[in-house]
Amino acid sequence: MSPLLRVAGIEKRYGARIGCADVSFDLYPGEVMGIVGESGSGKSTLLNCLAGHLAPDAGQVIFDTWRMGPVDTVTMSEPERRMLSRTDWAFVHQHARDGLRMSVSAGGNIGERLMAVGDRHYGRIRAAALDWLDRVEIDGARIDDRPSAFSGGMQQRLQIARNLVTGPRLVFMDEPTGGLDVSVQARLLDLLRGLVRRMGLSAIIVTHDLAVVRLLADRLMVMKDGRVVESGLTDQVLDDPQHGYTQLLVSSVLQV
Amino acid sequence: MSDYNFAYLDEQTKRMIRRAILKGLAVPGYQVPFASREMPMPYGWGTGGVQVSAATLTPEDRLKVIDQGADDTTNAVSIRKFFERTAGVATTEATQEATVIQTRHRIPEAELTEDQILVYQVPIPEPLRFLEPRETETRKMHSLQEYGLMHVKLYEDISQHGAISTAYAYPVRVADRYVMDPSPIPKFDNPKLEMAAVQLFGAGREQRIYAVPPYTRVVSLDFEDYPFEATKADHACDLCGAGDSYLDEVIMDDAGGRMFVCSDTDYCRTRREATA
Repeated sequence: MSPLLRVAGIEKRYGARIGCADVSFDLYPGEVMGIVGESGSGKSTLLNCLAGHLAPDAGQVIFDTWRMGPVDTVTMSEPERRMLSRTDWAFVHQHARDGLRMSVSAGGNIGERLMAVGDRHYGRIRAAALDWLDRVEIDGARIDDRPSAFSGGMQQRLQIARNLVTGPRLVFMDEPTGGLDVSVQARLLDLLRGLVRRMGLSAIIVTHDLAVVRLLADRLMVMKDGRVVESGLTDQVLDDPQHGYTQLLVSSVLQV
Repeated sequence: MSDYNFAYLDEQTKRMIRRAILKGLAVPGYQVPFASREMPMPYGWGTGGVQVSAATLTPEDRLKVIDQGADDTTNAVSIRKFFERTAGVATTEATQEATVIQTRHRIPEAELTEDQILVYQVPIPEPLRFLEPRETETRKMHSLQEYGLMHVKLYEDISQHGAISTAYAYPVRVADRYVMDPSPIPKFDNPKLEMAAVQLFGAGREQRIYAVPPYTRVVSLDFEDYPFEATKADHACDLCGAGDSYLDEVIMDDAGGRMFVCSDTDYCRTRREATA
């Protein structure tokens, strides 16, 4: 099996400071990769470089596209990259407000990607929106409500529906459970785990919450000061941390 | 007359505007930035249209100005007077006799010919503006033809009102390339955008000029299962009896009395004179 995403030597600098440096890994289809680290460790910078929101200063991000086979997304043209981010990719923001159109109804939010790739049949778009609302456990009767009338957890689930409606193969998630209370987090994680498994999605999840990666991620990368300090299978890294920083991170989790 | 250069604007400014117009005609539907000048009227009163007209007029031209189809409303009268004074051109109310027609919010009912130029006043030229407030982003969307968002607006219409309720400034796609705001004309006029005359659009405050050359394909956006419909009030004109013209509803009294009249005053008048 060939990797879906092959990252080689990604580096991003902000002037003299390092955003992230020398990051390489392979992601295989159906695999979920977790990236953990403290604030400022470069994990969001890395994610934005991978998703094409930031241009890295060095390195390659080779994605196995559906049409053209493996292509370096860093050097591909912008229209192609934007097309990719509407079809094969999805990006779930930490704040649902960043990923949703707050002045457009829930149905319109879900339908936007369908219309962006050329669907021009209202009935079909509406049916897909209803289907996806159901899949993310939002009452179909709320299809015409605006996201501003939704709770934080519902907004986050709506954002996920909006992103997954075109059947992407790779999902980038930036702190998907940040800012939600724990019971809502648990439901969201449960939902995400179900969707990822059922759709066979690959995902890269950036978080500082070790519980999230424990539940979702197959593999784990630990970042500190812009560099990867440890990586491996999630259980292995969390149960037997080798690097001093990882040991600190694992021991910092409060046990209830 | 000698107090002003012909048609108010100086020659350099007119050249600059003409360059923008030519570029607009070369790239149908593309919004060409131009250095909009202060005009002796407030923004929103047609400063863009006036500048385009000023750059288009020649001393031999015959100008007609309409506002919501009418020749006798404030905006139309003041702009017509403006060019009578600053350009000394002949003016007319008859659509067929005019060579340049400046319009606000209507296309005349009478079919226009290849010898005519129709100048629109445009308040907000960017059709994507209310969905995407960032200019950098809308420009990118135009250049990459990412127009899915326009359909989100139509989707919202149907989901809220059961039909596409956008009744004016209905978005169109020009020459299979650019999505364009046809200015706030009623969607009844949209099918007429494919015409023999040259159509120029001027937005003064937003500093944009765009154009539709003669016989250019102009398609109103819609859904397969909710096709575009040119709608008008379901009446005939109470003055001339026309059943095919766009109608204004006029409230007559405070007891619910109302009448429907052609919004195109010249069309209504010619029809009444022909039967009288």
